[in-house]
Amino acid sequence: MSTLLDINGLNIAFPTRRGTVNAAKDVSLTVESGEVLGLVGESGAGKSTIGNAIIDLLEAPGRITGGSIRFMGEELRDMNRDEMRQIRGKRIGMIFQDPQTSLNPLMTIGAQLVETIEKATSKRGRDADAHAVELLEQVGITEAVARLRAFPHQFSGGMRQRVVIALALAGDPDLIIADEPTTALDVSIQAQILDLIKKLCRERNLGVIIVTHDIGVIANIADRVAVMYRGEIVETGTVAQVLGAPSHVYTQSLIAAVPRADTKLDRFTSVDYIEGNTASFRRIDIQNHWLGETQQNDHTGTAIDVDRLNLSFVLQKAVFKRNRRMLKAVNNVSFSVQQGETFGLVGESGSGKSTVARLIAGLYTPDSGTINVFGKDVNENRKAVESRAARQALQMIFQDPYSSLNARLRVLDIVAEPIRFYRLTENETQTRKIVSDLLDHVGLGASAALKYPHEFSGGQRQRISIARALASRPRILICDEPTSALDVSVQATILNLLKDLQQELGLTMLFISHDLPVIRQMCDRVAIMRHGEICEVSDVDTFFEAPAHDYSRHLLDLMPSMTLLSDPVE
Amino acid sequence: MISFIAKRLAQSVLVMAIVSAVSFSLFNFVGDPVNNMVGQDATREQRLEIRDKLGLDDPILTQYSRFVGNILQADFGLSYRIKRPVDDLIAERLPATLELVFVSAIISLFFGIVLGIYTGIKRNSWGSRIILSTSLAGVSLPTFVIGIALIYVFAVHLRWLPSSGRGGVVELGWWKTSLITLEGWRSIILPAITLSLFQLTLILRLVRAEMLEVMRTDYIKFARARGLSERAINFRHALRNTLVPVITIIGLNIGGLVAFSVVTETVFQWPGTGLMFIQAVNFVDVPIMAAYLVFVALLFVVINLIVDILYFVVDPRIRLGG
Repeated sequence: MSTLLDINGLNIAFPTRRGTVNAAKDVSLTVESGEVLGLVGESGAGKSTIGNAIIDLLEAPGRITGGSIRFMGEELRDMNRDEMRQIRGKRIGMIFQDPQTSLNPLMTIGAQLVETIEKATSKRGRDADAHAVELLEQVGITEAVARLRAFPHQFSGGMRQRVVIALALAGDPDLIIADEPTTALDVSIQAQILDLIKKLCRERNLGVIIVTHDIGVIANIADRVAVMYRGEIVETGTVAQVLGAPSHVYTQSLIAAVPRADTKLDRFTSVDYIEGNTASFRRIDIQNHWLGETQQNDHTGTAIDVDRLNLSFVLQKAVFKRNRRMLKAVNNVSFSVQQGETFGLVGESGSGKSTVARLIAGLYTPDSGTINVFGKDVNENRKAVESRAARQALQMIFQDPYSSLNARLRVLDIVAEPIRFYRLTENETQTRKIVSDLLDHVGLGASAALKYPHEFSGGQRQRISIARALASRPRILICDEPTSALDVSVQATILNLLKDLQQELGLTMLFISHDLPVIRQMCDRVAIMRHGEICEVSDVDTFFEAPAHDYSRHLLDLMPSMTLLSDPVE
Repeated sequence: MISFIAKRLAQSVLVMAIVSAVSFSLFNFVGDPVNNMVGQDATREQRLEIRDKLGLDDPILTQYSRFVGNILQADFGLSYRIKRPVDDLIAERLPATLELVFVSAIISLFFGIVLGIYTGIKRNSWGSRIILSTSLAGVSLPTFVIGIALIYVFAVHLRWLPSSGRGGVVELGWWKTSLITLEGWRSIILPAITLSLFQLTLILRLVRAEMLEVMRTDYIKFARARGLSERAINFRHALRNTLVPVITIIGLNIGGLVAFSVVTETVFQWPGTGLMFIQAVNFVDVPIMAAYLVFVALLFVVINLIVDILYFVVDPRIRLGG
């Protein structure tokens, strides 16, 4: 092994109108050939900035203000633009997060590969074509010759990421920087891509830097890990050392915030250090509050009862029925949710789990089958006034905290909208009082009411969504991947909040996620979905300890192993 | 692809049906056709005879279908004023307008795209700033002001170019062209610039905005990270992606050139269909107005169809399906 990359005392600054932001402060790192270095941190920690700085692709106005980056003994900072271009692609390859957008949609895979090969090597024409085929085969793409003529949109996400890796390998680089290479992919694809990167690293004796927010990815692939927090590297060491016995307080709280799949804990341990905002807001006595008064709670049976539900989407329209291409998004799905329990729906993307949630919420109408909420069929008399009451009892929290809030409304109006729509209060004064109590209770503080959504972070926005969902005094909450867009530490606080609210209000929850550890922490029972069908419904502990279905076992096998993590501190 | 084009064709037919109905209604709402055709001293019998000859007493649908039938045979009737078949008049005038539109489309496309790319790539250079601020004049000044200013500078003051009319016309069969003589080019250059300026600005700003957008995408960043040259990134990767949305606007703009040519042709006394239309409006020459309306609509429909087909050629995502 030899030292491939040696970063010493690197400082990166982004001058802005409101002063300079130091994205990297005195960062020192080394990468050996043949090893995978994980660079882990939460959003805004500056980890991607380091990757970009190495190959001199910092986005304006960012610039390196100090330190050195030595690559195989040469100082990269001394190189001019042309010399740097010789390094990029040829000696340092880069892999980006989203394979959907990293390929030029108007050029064939072959054209993009050949162009890169001709730039980086002496191969031309036929030789370049042959090399392109070879590269595609190396990254596990079959029928490579025919695939050269395909366009990016004809590949699935995982295949595109393989193409991206092939492109990064085209110049036969010594170092690969992979910036969140699997974040946009499903777990099963993630496992394949990580294996591929690891294999290439060993076979070609490459140095690899994996930039990620996901401790699971680090645990699976990295040899050594560097933890970043607010532009600084707080801890570096082998994976076993850092994950098993973290020494820095940030690393400790970060690891405590990672949901565990092995045991169920009551709450996530405190992560105040990360949130940075320890100001606690007044929590109201919600059971004796207006919000705690649940209406006509006389129903004793199941909360949600779904019976033989079917829904197909038209993929390709055609005049004749036999030419239409249909997708069976939900296929004969039946399950029931008891009052007060948290029921999990698990599956990979395209499994139909979100569609089921939307069907229950009444956003789609099923082709066949019935949905009973507290014993009432929600699709009977959809227009009638009674069905409004059913919908009031059932509220939804969406995945993307950015697009699920109307940017033109103040938080007050966003949260008050359900109250006003259902005419739940007698006057505006009462509405405002309830909204400010709610905002206090979800940890935003009443002063948030007069602000607009863009003034809040992702986690805070998700709190607004929760407040909005609670405003109509629902008895069922449908959470569709409520924390997938959030950092782990923020995820932990949001999940804690949801748990608290459920206990205080006796809510029934339908919790949709692709993330098995989160499911284990949140749910009482769980249904596994695949291709629109339910494979298994079982107790959450039974599912994790003794899964019945083959697919369940497959999913559990793919879950990044966290055995390295230190034991939870109770 | 065939079903897609068939669908678009059906839509085009619908559009043309509506436009023809509108232009047909001109005959009934803009003045009395008989009064327009006969002199003041015509007798009652003469008037009735013309009414009968024109079929003005037939039911409205019969009249409309006769009108559509005639259009399909390129028969737009007689001009009230000149008493000649309208289709002959259009055929005579059309080459002048088409050549003018062609030359200004080339000017606006060429300079619009080239300057758009330049200002998109060299975002903060002085050249870009100057181009962008002068281009504002292109959008904000009315066409006729620009035309008159050009005439004043180049025809009146410098006396380099003729101020009006279409010189150096050569007959090639039935098509009269002014593009093969120096004199012809001298007379087309001012009106073509005047007509193109507005479109040029639009295309420039659109190409620039799209270019900036594309430059921010991941695949450009990834292309950089692979060490591709700036040239390859700008022209092979960025430009083609920029052009996808630009094509639509360009299509619409060429239609717009024809529409705007009314003003330009009037300013430069250019003997095209636009000038003919303005004169027809002055004299309430309904057959010419109706024919012009149908003609412009047809042009728009055809251009849009071509744009849709171009999409297929440029964008594999549409061509090959998802």
